[in-house]
Amino acid sequence: MNFPILSTLIFLPLISSFFIFLSKGQKNNYSAIYISLFSSLATFILSIFVWYSMDFSSSEFQFLEEQSWINNFIKFKLGVDGISILFIILTTLITPICIVSCINSVKDRIKEFLIAILVLETFMIGVFCSLDLVVFYLFFEAGLIPMFLIIGVWGGPRRVYSAFKFFLFTLLGSVLMLAAIIAIYWITGTTDITQIYEIKIPKEYQNLLWLAFFSSFAVKMPMWPVHTWLPDAHVEAPTAGSVILAAILLKMAGYGFLRFSVPMFPLASEYFTPLIYTLSIIAIIYTSLVALMQEDMKKLIAYSSVAHMGYVTLGIFTFTKQGIEGSIYQMISHGLISAALFLCVGVVYDRLHSRMISTYGGIVNYLPKYSFLFIVFALAGLGLPGTTGFLGEFLVLTGAFQKSYLVAMLATFGVVLGAAYMLWLTKRVIFGVTNNEEVKKMHDVNKTEICMLGILTFLVVVFGFYPAPLLETFDISVNNLINNYEMAISSGAIE
Amino acid sequence: MEYAVIFLPLIGAIIGFLGNSVIKYFSEIITSLLVSISAVLSIFIFWNGLQNNVYGNYKVFEWVSSGNFVANWSINLDPLSSVMLVVVTFVSALVHIYSIGYMSHDPHKPRFMSYLSLFTFSMLVLVVSDNFLQLFFGWEGVGLCSYLLIGFWFKKESANNAAIKAFIVNRVGDFGLAIGIFLIFFYFGTINFKEVFDLVPQFIENKLVFLGFEASLITLICLFLFIGAMGKSAQFLLHTWLPDAMEGPTPVSALIHAATMVTAGVFLVVRCSPLFEYSQTALNLVTVVGMITAVFAASVALVQNDIKKIVAYSTCSQLGYMFFAAGVGAYHVAMFHLFTHAFFKALLFLGSGSVIHAFKDEQDIRNMGGVRKKLPYTYVLMLIGTLALTGFPFLSGFYSKDAIIEFAYLRNSSLGNYAATVGIFTAFLTSIYSWRLFFKTFHGSYNNKNIPIEDTHESPLVMLFPLLLLGIGAVFSGYLFKDTFIGHHSNDFWQSSIFFLSEIKHESIPLWFLILTPTLVVISIPISFYYFIQNTGILEEFKNTNLPLYKFLINKWYIDELYDLIFVNPSKKIGSFFWKKGDQGFIDRFGPDGISKVIKKLSDKAGLFQTGFIYDYAFVMLLGLSLLLTYLILN
Repeated sequence: MNFPILSTLIFLPLISSFFIFLSKGQKNNYSAIYISLFSSLATFILSIFVWYSMDFSSSEFQFLEEQSWINNFIKFKLGVDGISILFIILTTLITPICIVSCINSVKDRIKEFLIAILVLETFMIGVFCSLDLVVFYLFFEAGLIPMFLIIGVWGGPRRVYSAFKFFLFTLLGSVLMLAAIIAIYWITGTTDITQIYEIKIPKEYQNLLWLAFFSSFAVKMPMWPVHTWLPDAHVEAPTAGSVILAAILLKMAGYGFLRFSVPMFPLASEYFTPLIYTLSIIAIIYTSLVALMQEDMKKLIAYSSVAHMGYVTLGIFTFTKQGIEGSIYQMISHGLISAALFLCVGVVYDRLHSRMISTYGGIVNYLPKYSFLFIVFALAGLGLPGTTGFLGEFLVLTGAFQKSYLVAMLATFGVVLGAAYMLWLTKRVIFGVTNNEEVKKMHDVNKTEICMLGILTFLVVVFGFYPAPLLETFDISVNNLINNYEMAISSGAIE
Repeated sequence: MEYAVIFLPLIGAIIGFLGNSVIKYFSEIITSLLVSISAVLSIFIFWNGLQNNVYGNYKVFEWVSSGNFVANWSINLDPLSSVMLVVVTFVSALVHIYSIGYMSHDPHKPRFMSYLSLFTFSMLVLVVSDNFLQLFFGWEGVGLCSYLLIGFWFKKESANNAAIKAFIVNRVGDFGLAIGIFLIFFYFGTINFKEVFDLVPQFIENKLVFLGFEASLITLICLFLFIGAMGKSAQFLLHTWLPDAMEGPTPVSALIHAATMVTAGVFLVVRCSPLFEYSQTALNLVTVVGMITAVFAASVALVQNDIKKIVAYSTCSQLGYMFFAAGVGAYHVAMFHLFTHAFFKALLFLGSGSVIHAFKDEQDIRNMGGVRKKLPYTYVLMLIGTLALTGFPFLSGFYSKDAIIEFAYLRNSSLGNYAATVGIFTAFLTSIYSWRLFFKTFHGSYNNKNIPIEDTHESPLVMLFPLLLLGIGAVFSGYLFKDTFIGHHSNDFWQSSIFFLSEIKHESIPLWFLILTPTLVVISIPISFYYFIQNTGILEEFKNTNLPLYKFLINKWYIDELYDLIFVNPSKKIGSFFWKKGDQGFIDRFGPDGISKVIKKLSDKAGLFQTGFIYDYAFVMLLGLSLLLTYLILN
């Protein structure tokens, strides 16, 4: 057996969080920060190594690991393919950035905060690696706990309400998913998803099971109308929490659709396509309009996330090459851009402790470097060509157009609204006249902040111009996904 | 060399952005120098193409590849793109140089120069594209630079609003362009120009049902592409951003909002001539929209008082000319007008900038006048620009504008005749508003109360030099290039870059028709002088007797107000409604908050049972026991 590289990847943060737990609390908690930074960077390098040594010409799961866990009933099975590896790298990339951002923003109990983040990283990587439904479910749900704590302990004034809302929504969906997993076990006799792919779930069960999974993913995504937990959670969460929430936790649902809903229940996926289209379009138009009217920066970005995720669901359920690739690209891109935007809000929040748009204005006079970065990400957020935001949206829309003109037209119109709320935000925060004396005393971004945001700027621009490394990574896997789907549909039609 | 033309401005933008930290004047010198080199090289490329027929397609690297959706970063040189290269880099280089003087007091000059260079780069990427996606990149890229430059004076509320408006109205156009691209990809399976255009003849008969309407595929594609062109080229209904865009510094208006970016729409239509030629419906629409814009903008320009706004509406109107030229199938004439227009319109804008500079940022022509002796060079150059714009015989505008009217007439269709008539009428209006601008600025009495006439001063050489070069272009570009662009052998020049379904006719035109426009143009000079300078009372009276008409014109046909009423305010209201009523009032109220409230209520109720008194529990137990017994007995 080979070296269990995926297990190492998953448990490295967990183990190092244990060391942080043991570390002596010094004045500035330097040891805790260094341990977490070091371990998260090591995890990142390891994940890059996995990416580097993967075979992109195969759609098979790679780096397989299999451990019998509970009496041959549940296996602890791990593996990655072209789709999941990018989410793993996104996770391992965002985590060290979050840790760096904590240094400035988290004032008390930083040790515990770092432990929560590292534990969360373990669960998130676990979600993207697991090839067994039960293992997936465990990681998927366990991730709620550290997030719940991050919001509930380090959050803003209404943190308890937000944390509970977050928990209530997500748990409700998950219960149904658990029931569905049990049902799948009774139907197929296994929870190993590679085997389930082979066995093929009978047509009569698919719709119900699909709905059960959907209820969980729709909340996590979040799709309209179960999206209202997201703005509240973002507003109350500390910066690092918002970043992880937007950049990674939301992607679990999109990943879930790709890994479970579509391949396991292809007939149901096709059956429910109109539902998905409707909800996606509502998400895009409705939340863009809501975002336009927000007075709180974080809420605005949270609503824009819902709209961006609308493109993701739309793209996945076009079942076209461009649509699905666009969705994956959009998720990666949103992971970078929304993370950066929340970090940007965090930067000014650390200085003035206000998230209200009206507090700021004319920042460009006093914080030119910050303003430059902010504008870059705002433009990436509205999908300017040359940034990653554009390619994801454009590919999704290209895919959607092949299925329905109306849906694609409405979704494309969302792009106009996207420009409206992003530019209006920029105008009110960055440009204009400064009325607030406090703003004039703010100091520009410091070196660590430039470092965090600079890395993200670099990635957003480079992959906007040269997306080939990412597109090639999931090219074959997506082909395989579509082929299997089309085969299932055509054989389903014959029955 | 091709790479240098495209990438030198980008390098300039990046280095220039770093600012004057190295040497004083570093940014302005480096950006101007690089763009000037790029201009010289592109003139060389143009010449090489013209003489030796050297064109080609250079692939830089692959951009997107998703299934058969493939797009490269590429440099595609053909006659059409080489003309655009010359226009863009030449005007851009002059505007760069001019800005050194014009922006000399601005602390953010490095940023300004860097944006200008970035704009030049985006525009070049747009024109040398060999596929629709790269075109879209350039398309939005120039939109971004336009946004940044309009909002350059970011402390001005109006400038910020204008910038956002420009971007969003353009986005509406881009929406159309994107849909056009999706349609092309869906049916043709490629977005490469050459491959698409080769496939077009196979799709002429294709019909499709689009949102309930049955339409021909080619027509539909052309309509959507044209919506994109309308947005970028400020055609009627999507024109509202252009006059507002004058909030930006004047060099920006000259470069982006006169000579280059706004002509991208015309370029798109000409570039897609192989598509448009197969759809008479789309061509007719292009003609009609072009005509309406030409008249509309000219009519509004008659009454405006802001010097830059007049020139802006004039641009809008001239773009209308280019579109109806393309609409009647005279793509090469549209390109010719684009070419000459770039010179004289940039000249007029930069000349206006020089005037504004002299009056210390005064833009209202009512507060000017009588400064022709104080600004002799500007005066002469503006005179050339005005003559060229109005189409005074033997200047550049004469050759191109009259050619448009003639080709429309030669079309021999009712729409063509109609277009020709509108063209002549608009030429007359153009002449009147141009001379009004000119006379009110330079002639008559000095009307500015804030600055004494002695303080107005001629611009420095660094600003006059670009004006001079543009002036030379405005005088000679028509005469020198008319044979190449629109002459009998123009096909030898354009080759396959412009597609004509049927041979262009070069018939002789009745003499009265040839003379008509120039006559009108010449006559209008003394008329304008009389009404605007010598006897202003008549017009004043006319204005007062026709107040509704005047109000209608000065308020730009109330289109901005209409848009606020239909689009802007409702979307804000709907946004608030969705947020307050939809999210908070409905989903949350009946969702999480509601459920937790219900559960709390129920548990409160359930709590009432737990009284803690033993006789209560005993009573309930007894009740249960008796019910159980009854049940058992009855069974």
